Amino acid sequence: MASYLPTPDLSHLKSADYHNVYEPAEDSFLLLDALELEAPFLNDQLQPRWCLEVGAGSGIVSTFLAGQVLGSRAVDFGTCFVVTDLNPRALPVTQATWARNGLALHRLHCIQTDFIRGWRPAAQGFDVLVFNPPYVVTSPEEVGSQPRGRGGIDGRQVIDQFLPIVPTILSDRGVFYLVLIEQNRPQEIISIMRDQYGLLGSIVAQRKAGIEYLYIVKFSRDTSTT
Amino acid sequence: MRLLTHNMLQCHVKSCNDPALNFPLQFQEVELEQIEAEENEALLLNLVGKIDWPALVQTTSELGITGLPPTKPDVVKNDPALMKRLHEILLETNVAQGKMVCRGCGHSYPIKDGIPNMLLAEHEI
Repeated sequence: MASYLPTPDLSHLKSADYHNVYEPAEDSFLLLDALELEAPFLNDQLQPRWCLEVGAGSGIVSTFLAGQVLGSRAVDFGTCFVVTDLNPRALPVTQATWARNGLALHRLHCIQTDFIRGWRPAAQGFDVLVFNPPYVVTSPEEVGSQPRGRGGIDGRQVIDQFLPIVPTILSDRGVFYLVLIEQNRPQEIISIMRDQYGLLGSIVAQRKAGIEYLYIVKFSRDTSTT
Repeated sequence: MRLLTHNMLQCHVKSCNDPALNFPLQFQEVELEQIEAEENEALLLNLVGKIDWPALVQTTSELGITGLPPTKPDVVKNDPALMKRLHEILLETNVAQGKMVCRGCGHSYPIKDGIPNMLLAEHEI
């Protein structure tokens, strides 16, 4: 699948920066491709006002969403972008990536936190939620975030903590894009989201990359029963 | 960190759950700077829909920032002077350094190089 929108300029980042933040790899690029495929839906139907990326990393994903996928439409919609990261070094890098790509920083709100903890409940309701979690299968003792997250048993330990939060922070019409690998058991996660949280999931992109089989799963509220 | 971001954050220490006290967090020892930003009516109206007005009034008053009516006008859009002031306050007023302290439990959330740190220790979650 070719990417037609240009990938954000990351030439300001040096190899030393990638000791501190995750260097974009196949999983990041598949997520960009998925967001590009979703561009007509995002621009014509959803027209998001509030976007959240959990785990900002290098900033490539939020920059691509704000600059390439939504582009000038984000200005028309008045879209506000919130990014979080546990790693304090990631957030200045994300800001630098936004600036490097000509995006206005007053539309970007960076918070060092776990998921979106500390954001007051009454102000929740994100129209787009993006998370490229630490999905790699490791021993449970290794679970951590820097610079590339380790996901513990089945790569699910961080993912499973985040799933119950999703329905509480997603707006009524909001969509959630999640990066997974085969070992995370995407179909099981789709079942959990449907049965426990009323969110319908579908795979919007998938690709084999080296030893990983990657998926991008999109979730939205099940409105058929309301 | 823009003042807008502050309006979205509250103390989330597990034992601290008095909504009258855990929001808004109180700024202390803050270093403020004005950073010019392009005006965008759609963005501003989007923000106005989400902000907690009394908390914004309280916070700006504590920082010595004036120019906001005590209650939220029904229609902000028709008041160009207020729109401009809101733009300056929410999007151009930047907190470079300082801390945000909870009025309930006293927990202090540092702001370093414009980025608020909302992380808690394991026992506080």
